[in-house]
Amino acid sequence: MRNVLTIAGREIQAYFVSPIAYVVAASLLIIMSVFFAWYTSDPRGMAATMEYLFGPMTTLLLFMVPMLTMRLLAEEQRSGTIELLLTSPVRDWEVVLGKYLGCLALLLVLLTLTLYYPLVMSWFGNPDIGPILSGYLGIFLFASTLAALGLMASSVTQSQVVAVIIGLGLNIFFWICEAVSDFVSAPLDVVFAALALRPRLPDFTAGIIDTRNVLFYLTFSAVALFLATRSVESRRWR
Amino acid sequence: MIEVKHLTKQYGGFTALHDVSFHVGKGEVVGFLGPNGAGKTTTMRILTGFMPASSGTARIAGYDVFYDSLEARRRIGYLPETVPLYNEMTVRGYLSHMARLRGVTRRKEAVSRALEATHLGDRADTIIGKLSKGYRQRVGLAQALVHDPDVLILDEPTIGLDPKQILEVRELIRELGRDHTVILSTHILPEVSQICGRVIIINEGSIVAEDSPENLVAMVGGGERLFVDLDAPREAALKTLREIPHVVHVEPGRQRGYEVTCAAGADCRAEIARRIVGSGWGLLEMRPMGLSLEDVFLKLTTE
Repeated sequence: MRNVLTIAGREIQAYFVSPIAYVVAASLLIIMSVFFAWYTSDPRGMAATMEYLFGPMTTLLLFMVPMLTMRLLAEEQRSGTIELLLTSPVRDWEVVLGKYLGCLALLLVLLTLTLYYPLVMSWFGNPDIGPILSGYLGIFLFASTLAALGLMASSVTQSQVVAVIIGLGLNIFFWICEAVSDFVSAPLDVVFAALALRPRLPDFTAGIIDTRNVLFYLTFSAVALFLATRSVESRRWR
Repeated sequence: MIEVKHLTKQYGGFTALHDVSFHVGKGEVVGFLGPNGAGKTTTMRILTGFMPASSGTARIAGYDVFYDSLEARRRIGYLPETVPLYNEMTVRGYLSHMARLRGVTRRKEAVSRALEATHLGDRADTIIGKLSKGYRQRVGLAQALVHDPDVLILDEPTIGLDPKQILEVRELIRELGRDHTVILSTHILPEVSQICGRVIIINEGSIVAEDSPENLVAMVGGGERLFVDLDAPREAALKTLREIPHVVHVEPGRQRGYEVTCAAGADCRAEIARRIVGSGWGLLEMRPMGLSLEDVFLKLTTE
């Protein structure tokens, strides 16, 4: 466990000295703020809820999380630092988990920054805290699943560009699974519907924490992390 | 400390290592010599657990590098050929991070010791990305030392350094050799005869020779070589020299004079001098010509 935390610590440190984390955070907040300003400027008034904002947030995360995960393994594989990592007394899964936790920590910081909006709302209105909290939980689970997919994408290549493209591709695929299942006949439609990432979010934003949804995201992430570990392991055999 | 038995490595159809066996005892400094592509880096990567062998076994301090990989890795300090470092970290931060990964308990002390041993004290808080190649190499060495491993595996530790830096690194390795078991790979020959007590020569995936530098030179040398310079017409000189008893081989030297090989054990010098002067020629120079490790190496790897 100590190795996992060591690696996570280094990744967090690396995030804060590289521009990408700041660029992503700034872009996210700028775009979100535009939506926020737009909604709150409606003369008919706006219900003090984050529902309108969680939507754009999920779409933004779909594109931005791969940019945060792209360097996690790809850069180490390109520069050769993976050689020192894999010849240290550290297990492969500890490497993957450590990097994953480092990325999650950054996502947590990112989401914390967006707490600004409910805060402002609470000054002017009476937001219902329950759905806001469960909404954030849903978003965090969703983002961590995207992070797991991004880490997996980063593990199969030495190029950060390829990693971000694969990550994006995977994210978009699992996003549109919902729509695909409408086009496809049985039994495939059930398969696609089950894989879809989006339909599970409205429950969270409405205030419902369904353990099935929580388990879904956790299992999804676990599978992606497992594949990432296998990929790291397979590097040794080439 | 290091035991390699019948190590074989194949990448698809290509055999990188073929039935490689050797051992390195505790406290030895062994040089791993070979041309590029001979299999040195592959062997080191197998020893450090980075990749598995296709067949054969390797043990570090008694631990099998495949089945007890973690235990073996704990006892190894490795410096890869590319000296890969995290450029955004400071030297001290990086060494501390590596110390933590290797399970070092008294980190501050260990890092200080490593910094001192590699003379990095005044650069401890510099960002690695800003260091020159020589300093980067030292950081690489420092990270290999920070957990005080029993075994040091260094892949081309002086490549790309300027002559002054090379001397410093060699001196450092010599010092380290006193308390650690070291295996270093190189294709810089003088290095090997200066630092290593034993040399293993590898070519195209197989070991072609293994011995101390002196023994190797003697083995391939095949006898005493002398450089003789005289003022005499070539044909006559060659004929006379070849007729001397115990002279095995004569050939013209590169720019002047002749290289005379004497049978092992015999001393032809007096007779050579006598014959040259006796023929009325001037004996300009006669000196022993040791075979360099270079010649040994070339001879063993090109036949």
